[in-house]
Amino acid sequence: MHPAFSVIFFTTCSGAGYGLLAMMGILGASGMLPADRWMGLAGLFFALGLVSVGLLSSMFHLGRPERAWRAMTQWKSSWLAREGVMAVLTYIPALALGIGWVWFEDTSGLWAVAGVVAAVLAWLTVICTAMIYKSLRTIHQWHNDWTVPSYLLLSVMSGAVLMSVLIHLFGAENAYIQGLTVLTLALGWGLKTLYWSFNKRTKGLPSVNSAIGIDAAGDVSVLELPHTSDNYLMKEMGYRVAQKHADKLRTISHILGFALPLVFSLLAMFVTGYAALAAVVIAWGLCSLGIIVERWLFFAEAKHTVNLYYGATSV
Amino acid sequence: MTTLPSQTNKKLGLVIDLDTCVGCHACATNCKEWNTGGHSAPLTDYDPYGAKPDGVWFNRVHSFEVKRGDRPNLTINFPRSCLHCDNAACVTVCPTGASYKRAEDGIVLVNTDKCIGCKLCSWACPYGAREFDEDEGVMKKCTLCVDRIYNENLDPEDRQPACVLTCPAGARHFGDLNDPESEVSQLTAARHGRDLMPELGYKPTNKYLPPRARKVDSADIGAPEELEPIEAEGFLGWLDKVLSK
Repeated sequence: MHPAFSVIFFTTCSGAGYGLLAMMGILGASGMLPADRWMGLAGLFFALGLVSVGLLSSMFHLGRPERAWRAMTQWKSSWLAREGVMAVLTYIPALALGIGWVWFEDTSGLWAVAGVVAAVLAWLTVICTAMIYKSLRTIHQWHNDWTVPSYLLLSVMSGAVLMSVLIHLFGAENAYIQGLTVLTLALGWGLKTLYWSFNKRTKGLPSVNSAIGIDAAGDVSVLELPHTSDNYLMKEMGYRVAQKHADKLRTISHILGFALPLVFSLLAMFVTGYAALAAVVIAWGLCSLGIIVERWLFFAEAKHTVNLYYGATSV
Repeated sequence: MTTLPSQTNKKLGLVIDLDTCVGCHACATNCKEWNTGGHSAPLTDYDPYGAKPDGVWFNRVHSFEVKRGDRPNLTINFPRSCLHCDNAACVTVCPTGASYKRAEDGIVLVNTDKCIGCKLCSWACPYGAREFDEDEGVMKKCTLCVDRIYNENLDPEDRQPACVLTCPAGARHFGDLNDPESEVSQLTAARHGRDLMPELGYKPTNKYLPPRARKVDSADIGAPEELEPIEAEGFLGWLDKVLSK
């Protein structure tokens, strides 16, 4: 699949935003974060900012952005519509939490409930995003049981890495929260490694023979294409990434997205002051780059069945 | 709206004969011609007279070669268009209700006034039946010539999809695949019509008839793989010599 910038930007940005929002909600409600006005403002502003920028970017890649509101009507059947509904609903408890935290400097009682509800809705939104991909039977690399856990865990992980920056900025260092960041990085790394190896090991059921309704009568190859230049299908679905580049990018993603952030996040547990702040900021910066590479690969390595009509023998 | 009808009264669709299709692209051309003025008009072209012409088509004709070991290779001309699936995921993934499947005849259509151009339906289609119109920002697809088949301004014999009417080889057939007595159903049964990628479970309506078994291959009657040039004699030999200079 064509790795469109808008959708890579949307899924990584809003993934991190929802991850941070959920962290703010849960950790705020449990009293592990200070009910400090500026901490609440910075955290929620950053979380909702990332979410909103991501959502806007996904809206502007539509052919007819002015009709985007229609995308919330078919929640009964469409995961994309469900995502839209959940995304809008999430703003309500998130803003309520913001009122409690920033205005009243209170994250207990009903404000805590708002925090937990915001976290649950944020996670559900990420699950809806992942289900859009998971539900597509046309793409074996997405239509499997790894897609949803991977999206959710990487969202939680991106949020945790951001939360580490936040607690160090506001002098609210907490070994449990930092430990959580380390844990999610380790789990995210493990899960994504397993996901990548699953996609390397397996392929989709359809073959070029079943795509054109010819039994295993022999090897089928393309004699002539229907058109002389690339059409929509080839541009949108026909993206090919050379294996050696994919492997290189995967290594980069392993290192930037997981290994180095893990090292720097661990390091932050053993140093204090500016050294710790520098460590978590570096962890966040590297992790963001690595996750963008990971997301690029998610799209670039997805093989749509339509490629069977254009020369692929398996998907 | 984007939930699928539990059943459709009719299943209008196409039966395409891969044995007789000669790959002339007439069906694709007439499809383009009719539909650029039809239900989903226009079928936009980008740079039509330039180096890399591109545009929206509802029907594409591929050619494949099947290697059969020691038998001569087989050429398969393969027209590809919307299969109007029973289990049309392109409809259920649509977030706006622009994509729908008609309960009365099973035709899958796009309401281009509601489409937001998110392209997800084209991702959900295994067969590449949907093509995005970049100029209008909406998705377009085969309508099974819904504006021909019920069109009372046309003579009854012309109330068929443009691709079927124009096929010079008689390789395309249109009818109700829900009716076991219909010509298309009978043909499908007699020729063991196939679903494409049945393993994905989309339950396509359109059927493809596989090539008939060859009674005689050229090799069976001792025909050579390639023809050898012969040495001409007499006047023709002289002419050959003169012209070869």
